[in-house]
Amino acid sequence: MAKADITQAEGDLFLENITKQFGDFRAVNDLSLQVPQGSFFALLGPSGCGKTTTLRMVAGLEDPTAGRIRIGDADITYAKPYNRPVNTVFQNYALFPHMDIFENVAFGLKRRGIKDAKQQVDEALDLIQLSQVAKRKPLQLSGGQQQRVALARAIVNRPSVLLLDEPLGALDLKLRRQMQLELKRIQTEVGLTFIHVTHDQEEAMTMADTVAVMNEGIIEQMGPPTELYESPRTAFVANFLGQSNLFPAKVAETSGDDVILEDSDGRFVMPKARVSDRVVTDPGTEVLVGVRPEKISIARLEDAAPPPADGNFVDGRVTSASFLGVSTQYEVTTHGGDTINVFAQNLDVHNLVPQGEDVRLSWLPIHGFVLSGHDDINAGVEKNV
Amino acid sequence: MSQATAAPKAPLTHRLRTWVGDNALRIYAVIAFVYLLLPVAYTFAFSFNDAGRTNIVWNSFTWDNWLNPCGAPEVCPSVVNSLVVGLIVTVVSTILGTLIAFSLVRYRFRGRSTTNLLIFLPMATPEVVLGSSLLALFLNLFVPLGFTTVVLAHIMFCISFVVVTVKARLASLDPRLEQAAMDLYASEREAFRRITLPLVAPGIAAAGLLAFSLSFDDFIITNFNSGQFTTFPKFVYVSATRGIPPQANVIASAMFFIALAIVLISQFAGRRRKEV
Repeated sequence: MAKADITQAEGDLFLENITKQFGDFRAVNDLSLQVPQGSFFALLGPSGCGKTTTLRMVAGLEDPTAGRIRIGDADITYAKPYNRPVNTVFQNYALFPHMDIFENVAFGLKRRGIKDAKQQVDEALDLIQLSQVAKRKPLQLSGGQQQRVALARAIVNRPSVLLLDEPLGALDLKLRRQMQLELKRIQTEVGLTFIHVTHDQEEAMTMADTVAVMNEGIIEQMGPPTELYESPRTAFVANFLGQSNLFPAKVAETSGDDVILEDSDGRFVMPKARVSDRVVTDPGTEVLVGVRPEKISIARLEDAAPPPADGNFVDGRVTSASFLGVSTQYEVTTHGGDTINVFAQNLDVHNLVPQGEDVRLSWLPIHGFVLSGHDDINAGVEKNV
Repeated sequence: MSQATAAPKAPLTHRLRTWVGDNALRIYAVIAFVYLLLPVAYTFAFSFNDAGRTNIVWNSFTWDNWLNPCGAPEVCPSVVNSLVVGLIVTVVSTILGTLIAFSLVRYRFRGRSTTNLLIFLPMATPEVVLGSSLLALFLNLFVPLGFTTVVLAHIMFCISFVVVTVKARLASLDPRLEQAAMDLYASEREAFRRITLPLVAPGIAAAGLLAFSLSFDDFIITNFNSGQFTTFPKFVYVSATRGIPPQANVIASAMFFIALAIVLISQFAGRRRKEV
């Protein structure tokens, strides 16, 4: 009875206190999460953060050192890969080179002894719009086509959980954008649970309903893309998803729903709701103030309107200005010595601020966020590749 | 456009130099092939010689040698011996060598790198040394020389070649293909049968052919360890003192053409598989 349940298991995917140890290295550290059935879930993190190991444990290609994996009520922790209702789209596709496209897609159905495999394979090839190459060998297809075949080969089995391991990593930028939309379309169409592993934050945010940001074997934060972007809980998340300006400050006082922070450039107001739940707002607590570069307005000091009573601002000097077409990227050094990046939309070309100019930067309190002062201010900053 | 047609021709010396430059490789290749194939052509031609006592001087053309290849005493029994030894050696050394290759590529174990090194030893050791020390071994163990000792000796040195050949093929095989198969509901056994084996098969086949030709061809080690047992190379060597019969040329030529046919067929099959 229990055996039959595993191959047919349906429902949410649960990882419960999963740990994976490779010798001295702990790849995944006491990780727990729940992926709702039918959702598009992204595991996002830099290489070596444990996301692929997590995926391989769900696929059954790696046994966890401790913990449990369930689909619905069925425990699949130690089930063989071929006994679980989980299929994988491998990083470099792993298409079988000696079989044609049709045989590749039919492989899983045939192994399970399904009779009308042909019709299902044809439907799957239709879904990825590659019916015309059914008789070709994988190596005769382009990278994007191979990628879609790998997807069809997994989807055709209608698994309870579909795993995608950096599926778009080998494609060029334009094709990747196109495939992102297509993956999302296919997921909506077939309604399967997708778990997508990637190090590309833009890819994760474009496609996933829920993103879990992973770092050093643990999940730093999990939630919808907008929530992660607007309200990061840690410096790692703030830096890894998009760009953030972070600078150290101290809690000066609290007043009503606001926290007043202080640093060498002056005082800032932050709503308590914008303070990470990891921070205690006692006066004197060290914190990091964060604000996204596109949330900041830049104005020449002489033109600047007097700041609104509830606004935050700092004065500084432009140290570099790069015109990027849609926007201009400024680097401003404040009088207190912090460096702040600003993305200004190019609404008016004549308004560009040249390098060396004194400027006032301002932003609304609700656009900032406050993190723990114990976080590494540079955690998750993408190194130039 | 009109200017291009009016352009003067390049000077003769320049054109000559270009021609030599373009064709140097071709000329070299032709010379190399003549050098390689001349002995074969000679052997083939003299298989049609109506030889008297020795097949050294050309007498006259005849089909007799080809129509009656067993005409000379001991030719055919020695060929049969060589074929039997070759087949047994091929089967045994291919199976054992393939298993060794799999374990060396797929598993990490104590002594793996040492094994990798030791595998090369029989290939690097001079055959005379191998043959003579095997003889000493057999004599010390009181194993009577003959068919058995020849087979054992051949398997010994063929295994190394099989291991090296299969290992190369296996190393180029992406281990994720097997994982993908298991992910797609194939058990370990099925993944091996449907994915690994078909993809490694060309390497195993090549290793088998190599083992057969090495065994069929071997003279030095065989000569040390065969006692009264005669293989085809040994027969040719022994009869060289009294004169090699033209039937030996027939057998040699036939072997050459069979080998050529196998290569051509496998190439043709390989190309068709790629096209389809």
